[in-house]
Amino acid sequence: MKPPRFEYHAPTTIDEAVALLARYGGEAKVLAGGQSLVPLLNFRLSRPAALIDVNRIAPLAYVREDNGTVTLGAMTRQRTIEFSAVVARRLPLLTEATRWVGHLPIRSRGTIGGSLAHADPSAEYPAVLTALDGAVVAQSPRGRRTLNAGELFETYLTTRLAADELLVEVRLPAMPAGCGYAFEEFARRHGDFAIVGIAAMVVRDGARCTMARLATAGAGPVPMRLRDAEAILERDGLGDTAIQAAAGRAAELVTPDSDVHATAAYRRHLTGVLTARALRRAVERAR
Amino acid sequence: MTEPITVRLTVNGDSREGRCPPRKLLVDFLREDLTLTGTHVGCEHGICGACTVLVNGEAARSCLMLAVQADGAEITTIEGLMKDGILHPLQEAFRQHHGLQCGFCTPGMLMTALDLLAVHPDPSDDEIREGLSAVLCRCTGYHGIVNAVRAAAPILRGAS
Repeated sequence: MKPPRFEYHAPTTIDEAVALLARYGGEAKVLAGGQSLVPLLNFRLSRPAALIDVNRIAPLAYVREDNGTVTLGAMTRQRTIEFSAVVARRLPLLTEATRWVGHLPIRSRGTIGGSLAHADPSAEYPAVLTALDGAVVAQSPRGRRTLNAGELFETYLTTRLAADELLVEVRLPAMPAGCGYAFEEFARRHGDFAIVGIAAMVVRDGARCTMARLATAGAGPVPMRLRDAEAILERDGLGDTAIQAAAGRAAELVTPDSDVHATAAYRRHLTGVLTARALRRAVERAR
Repeated sequence: MTEPITVRLTVNGDSREGRCPPRKLLVDFLREDLTLTGTHVGCEHGICGACTVLVNGEAARSCLMLAVQADGAEITTIEGLMKDGILHPLQEAFRQHHGLQCGFCTPGMLMTALDLLAVHPDPSDDEIREGLSAVLCRCTGYHGIVNAVRAAAPILRGAS
């Protein structure tokens, strides 16, 4: 229950960190908040040759808003996001989802970039990135590139970031004024990994729904946009019949696996239940 | 580098220094190198919360931080709560309301509750329970703990 030996580096610039990643060619792990990586080290499930601790890179922690996009430095702590006025105003879905991430002492250290790069399918931030059509910026010795949520997540705990790429920024389009939103999750105990979580956003124009967004956590190997369910709402509005139809469609769309926490059938059922719950709360909030 | 690194930090207001390999966890550094054994080692993977300390004023798991990461930080441990032989109001509330049985989780409960009350100075019972769900009590004496935190809240509000 103690980490194995590793070479330790604490660079103070992004360039230095990226050069170190390139030098170790996949044998190094990036240490962000450490709330997932350090348990893996303590259990010795992970034995990297080196840790590249990016906590000393001050320019990686910020929340900015410009031209309708909120950008967050990869090392922005979940706790900072939870209490950020900019996030509460422009990305209230992210604020709500953050309260589901572990517990406050976990969020003191955990970061948005770390959560996305870890790509735990039951995690909240990947679902929010997917629902809001966000993107991440990765830097390598070859320069920077942008990956959207669909490109970033490959499968369980696996992203399409190259071994020498560092996730440096998260970009989320500001949510439309007056939209309704909700993050619903079920776990055995508060703070545990989600069995299933649903991120929802709706924009209403009278009885019509001009935009619906639904994404899952825990209902498959990667977070999933439930586009067919969104289409039902955008066609039929936000009444209870449409919500029920969308929830039913959501349960059909997901491809969950069984594990020790829940069967695939239970996860599918939860997807429908939580989609309906999230939509009802979102619709109540929509103006 | 895997060789020992010098760590300089402030613990409970005192400047402290030690040398340890980079793989040493903060909780082990506090207990073994600084002989501050009030912070307890429980699950060592961030679930039980027994090792919770304040890092720059915010509660964090000291089993999920490397000691070298605390270089330059201000740490508060359970040993830092009592002042001039007088229990901290939160400690006093735990004593009065039977907020401890075996005592193993108590340091983590206190440090977590301090942060909780800093964020929510006038917490609802739901907020107290949700906040304390970050720490596991194997004696299951949660009622006394919740009562203690509820009782301490107005005292701490008055003190600040």
